[in-house]
Amino acid sequence: MIEPIEAVWRDEWGRLLALLVAQTRRLDLAEDALADAFERAAQSWPEAGVPDNPPAWLLTAARRRVLDRLRAEAVAARKQPLLAAEQVQGGERADDLLRLVLLAAHPSLSEEAGAALTLRLVLGISTADIARLFLVPEPTMAARLTRARKKVVAAGVPLAVPSDEVLPQRLETVARVAYLAFTAGYAPGSGADVVRADLAGEAIRLVRLVRATGPAAGGNVALTALLALMLLQHARRGARVDAGGGIVLLAQQDREAWNRDEIEEGLALVGELAGFRYALVPRATRPASGATRPAGGVAVNSALAAEYLLQALIAAEHARAADATETDWVAIADYYRQLEDLTGSPVVRLNRAVAVAEAGDLANALGLLDGLEDALPHSHRLPAVRAELLSRAGRHTEARAEYDVAIARCQNEPERAQLHARRAAVHLT
Amino acid sequence: MTKYLVLIAGTAEEWNNADPADQARWHHDHVRFGREVGGAILAGEALDGASTATTLRRRTGTVQLTDGPFAETAEQISGFYLVEAADLDQVVTWCELLPEIYSLEIRPCIQIEGLTD
Repeated sequence: MIEPIEAVWRDEWGRLLALLVAQTRRLDLAEDALADAFERAAQSWPEAGVPDNPPAWLLTAARRRVLDRLRAEAVAARKQPLLAAEQVQGGERADDLLRLVLLAAHPSLSEEAGAALTLRLVLGISTADIARLFLVPEPTMAARLTRARKKVVAAGVPLAVPSDEVLPQRLETVARVAYLAFTAGYAPGSGADVVRADLAGEAIRLVRLVRATGPAAGGNVALTALLALMLLQHARRGARVDAGGGIVLLAQQDREAWNRDEIEEGLALVGELAGFRYALVPRATRPASGATRPAGGVAVNSALAAEYLLQALIAAEHARAADATETDWVAIADYYRQLEDLTGSPVVRLNRAVAVAEAGDLANALGLLDGLEDALPHSHRLPAVRAELLSRAGRHTEARAEYDVAIARCQNEPERAQLHARRAAVHLT
Repeated sequence: MTKYLVLIAGTAEEWNNADPADQARWHHDHVRFGREVGGAILAGEALDGASTATTLRRRTGTVQLTDGPFAETAEQISGFYLVEAADLDQVVTWCELLPEIYSLEIRPCIQIEGLTD
């Protein structure tokens, strides 16, 4: 009998909390009252049966709890700080949920705090699960959430939708926060990796919810590109980990285990934004290089949206290749070039070098690695990539020396074992 | 409505060594801030350099005066505005009018019972 409650929690938490917060202007009170209402439901529904309208039942229970608490506070004569918002008298407003999202993912919070608060308030994810997602102890996460709630109220972060000029930027902050939560789920942790991939999926749910709040969010290019990017990456989760818990690299993954629905949705979104249609069966019908791609490069009116879109385009090339050998590395290398122009990131340049090498241009790939040492002095990936390229170029002595550097820098045990194996496989000269 | 103190941090040298055209532009930014924020500005002053600051502490029971500001940092408080606003977003919008060379710290004021009129 727990199941219907969990479904209602999942589907209605954010909407109900948004409504209660708007009516009470009290974040702590609204959150406690709603959690309390769900607890009562867990006690009462199994015996009394699930009510006809579960959200309405919960709302009534939560409101009753709010009134109890307000009465107790009035007796104690303690004035509690209110959120910066107009008091709402009537019922639900269409953009209540968007207001709550914009409050939680406010730029005056750090992205880490904003991500945690958004997952908690909008999706109702437990503190324990958020802690697991971000690989911190639960008390640490509880303290981070408490501090964030307090800051939002004390600093006067408004429960409001800003003007049309400001709203797109604010939605981009929401996108950043969602992507931070998503990537946290894929950061190498210890043990419970699979569970954390599920939590990463909550970032996708968050972006879907936000996009459904109205035309401004639904038409926001950064959010759309991010949804596509996350879907295309998340689709591979079933193939990322082998039976022994080891990471399987993209080229070795069983593509049958990728989630086709998510890939198709992701490809459709990318295609819509980039203005072309993907061929899904590339083995037979792969178009001539460049034929279906935009000629000059992706033109998008926001740096963040362009960044997400280029990353999504790269993920799309991997997703649509039926086999690793069918990957269009020329296209990927070109997207990485645009991404490097946009971000100036040394990590992007490193990935670009890999793509250029895969596209068959070893000399240029090695050239792209020059000068990266200063920017990435502790990276084990840089010497590992250089070693791989040197090895392919037949420069075996140099390759082994680079592997030694990579092994010395690598902190992760499975990765280090893999580096040792690759070093041993370099032909002797 | 909440009162917010906007602390302006910047180095005096940057202003003093700047091109006169830049100085005129920054000056105009303040004028525009004053015009747009208008009556919501409760107070605002430019402060003399950190080298003129005196810090007073009396935790030890005696009054101790030290020459200089709270903390020796590259950025020093060079002025402030006290404004009244409905929320943080409003203050942020106003602060975008001020010279781009500043770092601005926005702090809500709290009400202390018995001290407010």
